[in-house]
Amino acid sequence: MSGRFSPRRIALTLAAPVLAIIFSLLIASIVLLAVGDSPLVVFQAMLDYGVRPRTMVLTINTATTYYLSAVAVAIGFKMNLFNIGVDGQYRLAAMLAAAVGGAISLPSPLHALVVVLVAMLVGAMWAGIAGVLRAYRGVSEVISTIMLNAIATGVIAYMLRPGRLAVSTQGSNNIGTKPIPESGHVPGFAFVPGTETKVYGFVFLAVLVGVAYWYMLNRTRFGFDLRATGMSESAAVSSGVSVKRMIVTAMLLSGAVAGLVGMPQLLGGSYSYSLDFPAGLGFTGIAIALLGRNNPVGIAFGALLWAFLTNSAQILDLEGVPKEIANIMQGTIVLSVVVAYELVRRYRLREQQQQVGEQVAEEPPTPRTGSDMGAPV
Amino acid sequence: MANRDINIAVQAGHVHAIVGENGAGKSTLMNILYGLIRPDEGTISVEGTTVDLASPSDAIAAGIGMVHQHFKLADNFTVLENIVLGDEPTKGAWVDFGRAKSRINEIADKYGLEVDPEELVENLGVGDRQRVEILKVLYRGARILILDEPTAVLVPQEVDELFDALRDLKSEGLTVIFISHKLDEVLSVADEITVIRRGTTVATVDPSEVTAHDLAELMVGSELPVPELRDSTVTDKPVLTLDGVTVTSPDGRTLLEGLSFTIHSGEILGIAGVEGNGQAELVDAVMGIRPISSGTVLLGDEDITAWATRKVREAGVYAIPEDRTRQGLLLEAPLWENRMLGHQTEVPNAKGPLIDRKGARADTERIVRDYDVRTPSIDIPASALSGGNQQKLIVGREMSGTPKMLVAAHPTRGVDVGAQAAIWDHMRTARANGLAVLLISADLDELIGMSDSLSVILRGRLVADFDPRSVTPQDLGSAMTGATTSAEGAA
Repeated sequence: MSGRFSPRRIALTLAAPVLAIIFSLLIASIVLLAVGDSPLVVFQAMLDYGVRPRTMVLTINTATTYYLSAVAVAIGFKMNLFNIGVDGQYRLAAMLAAAVGGAISLPSPLHALVVVLVAMLVGAMWAGIAGVLRAYRGVSEVISTIMLNAIATGVIAYMLRPGRLAVSTQGSNNIGTKPIPESGHVPGFAFVPGTETKVYGFVFLAVLVGVAYWYMLNRTRFGFDLRATGMSESAAVSSGVSVKRMIVTAMLLSGAVAGLVGMPQLLGGSYSYSLDFPAGLGFTGIAIALLGRNNPVGIAFGALLWAFLTNSAQILDLEGVPKEIANIMQGTIVLSVVVAYELVRRYRLREQQQQVGEQVAEEPPTPRTGSDMGAPV
Repeated sequence: MANRDINIAVQAGHVHAIVGENGAGKSTLMNILYGLIRPDEGTISVEGTTVDLASPSDAIAAGIGMVHQHFKLADNFTVLENIVLGDEPTKGAWVDFGRAKSRINEIADKYGLEVDPEELVENLGVGDRQRVEILKVLYRGARILILDEPTAVLVPQEVDELFDALRDLKSEGLTVIFISHKLDEVLSVADEITVIRRGTTVATVDPSEVTAHDLAELMVGSELPVPELRDSTVTDKPVLTLDGVTVTSPDGRTLLEGLSFTIHSGEILGIAGVEGNGQAELVDAVMGIRPISSGTVLLGDEDITAWATRKVREAGVYAIPEDRTRQGLLLEAPLWENRMLGHQTEVPNAKGPLIDRKGARADTERIVRDYDVRTPSIDIPASALSGGNQQKLIVGREMSGTPKMLVAAHPTRGVDVGAQAAIWDHMRTARANGLAVLLISADLDELIGMSDSLSVILRGRLVADFDPRSVTPQDLGSAMTGATTSAEGAA
């Protein structure tokens, strides 16, 4: 039997995403040809632009937020909970955390830490509402989180007014929370030579979240209960898991990580939550969690790929090609990767059943009872 | 290799049965005949011509049709639509349902397979659905029918109807290959029987010359195990005491009513009953899965009535669940993770809040060895194992560690005869060491042979107690159906 890290197994694992990417390049090529552009020229342009130092930094930064968002979604997915509400959770969390950060004044690392903790708390609470509704009232978390997204948008619009949590920004009609003072900033660092643009300090937090997620899932009893519930609720109940409690806990965790999604932008760039704070990252997270199969490493590659496509496509407008071609590629990758994973899964299952069959054909170690009469006939 | 050196000659116009234990390779053989798997060596001939079956359509072209154990019908289609699906007679661009219907009626008349072609499949019973499956195969011109465990889903009357139909098919010159492990049925319907063991054919016999017992021994390759307890090991130390346990469903129906019994250390209490009379609820009530509305459950002297499942399990009450795939396994998870299920807080699976991978894996290897779970590795998912091997893993898991009390629902269901003997052996040893067992089973021989005392459950109530040393299956059977309700003997 091949081991856990045999080349064959790695190849099988990689087969699905590689197939999906090739397929999406194919579809994108067809679309490009249909509108009269040369796929090769377009892909070349994206590649050239994508590996420029500045684009690379932007890609890492975008991937950081994508990663956090996807991990938040993946925690739910592992338990068959579909947290569509990451979007509302991180926006509400970022807004309230920004307001707290602007209002308080603390020494340097502590200030940022408080802002981050507030964000996690708000995200957890907002997701927790859906968790409690699901566990104790049977409300589908899909519906409740979608509605909570809409409510979050309303709450933010209400709070983000002068006199409430917002202050006017000078020289523009943008309004936002009071800027967080210097002590609350999380500095970036120059990582890629040849550009002034800095990588978010939060990149380390994202790595930390990924490691913690992996450790929780694979090394703790809690993670085992979580996965067991996701694989078979009835078996989990029989094994002594309190499914209600797991649902609430998983939603709280998912929401807490969702609360982090806005932090790189807030504490590493804008220092205030204003009307133009990025929205929609929660939905990107769903796609990337699917792409990475809820696996912490898979999600990291997924987030980088997604961010690369988003950022490198910015050049296309200059080339006279609609940059939405990147969206088409992202979409086809997700769709085809789901199909490809299923194909690989079936292939593997068949292979394993064959191995079991081989085992059956071998003579048994020792018959435990009865006198062996040998093979009659 | 799941099959090797399979030699079978099936005569035209015969019902040829193939019997073997779980995992003996029957399914693989069928898949080869139906073109789903290609053999590495050897040939298949139909009516003297060697055929190469690379896909099911090759098999159909060669006149081989397969009736699957699990029906493959579209519920929201009519019988007619289901039968023609994939092989529609056309008139221009339209399906010619008229022609299809007359052909189906013709076939149905010829072989005595009466089904209304206009009926929706969702309105049909299991027996009718099976007839549709057979019609589907005949409609495609099959001359050789393979039936994979066709009686597994049927009630006795339906089995009789099926066998009548098979005799009709036979008299019309069709050939039937009948796969089963129900030996009595095989003996009543087959003209010839081939026994498969460990992937190879061990014998072809004439049903008039063998008994079910002979067949079973050919299947196992050794003498049949008998469920029996030797000396009594019952002590006076109560382990599990139920007193007036009543369970009601959320909508107010009474599922269990006033159940009282005591199981002592070293005692096996058997519960007989027709399935669905409260056995599942009894297990759930003891295990803390279902809330008890009145009455108490004591473990030793401790009141565990309101305990959560995990606490009950940690206190040493283990359970072999009734439905292994739904309640006993994580099908997608590897075997060693399934070893932890239900014991995820206990040694050797856990160290504080963390999982002890090393401990769990080593112990899984031990279970695989001791319980003869046939698997190439403990890293493959549980879904890849055959049902019998899955059951062996579960039994091994629930008899590991230090259980005080074992709730065993159908512990040997679906396992082969050899494994059955091994499981009984393990239960006897554990009983001698003081384990108390609540044994729920549909196998009356197992219940009578393995119990120190026996009770019958009917509509959620214990209606009779029997002494297993003197009771007959007939006595039990009539108590189970409520024909007699008077208690007899001592338990």
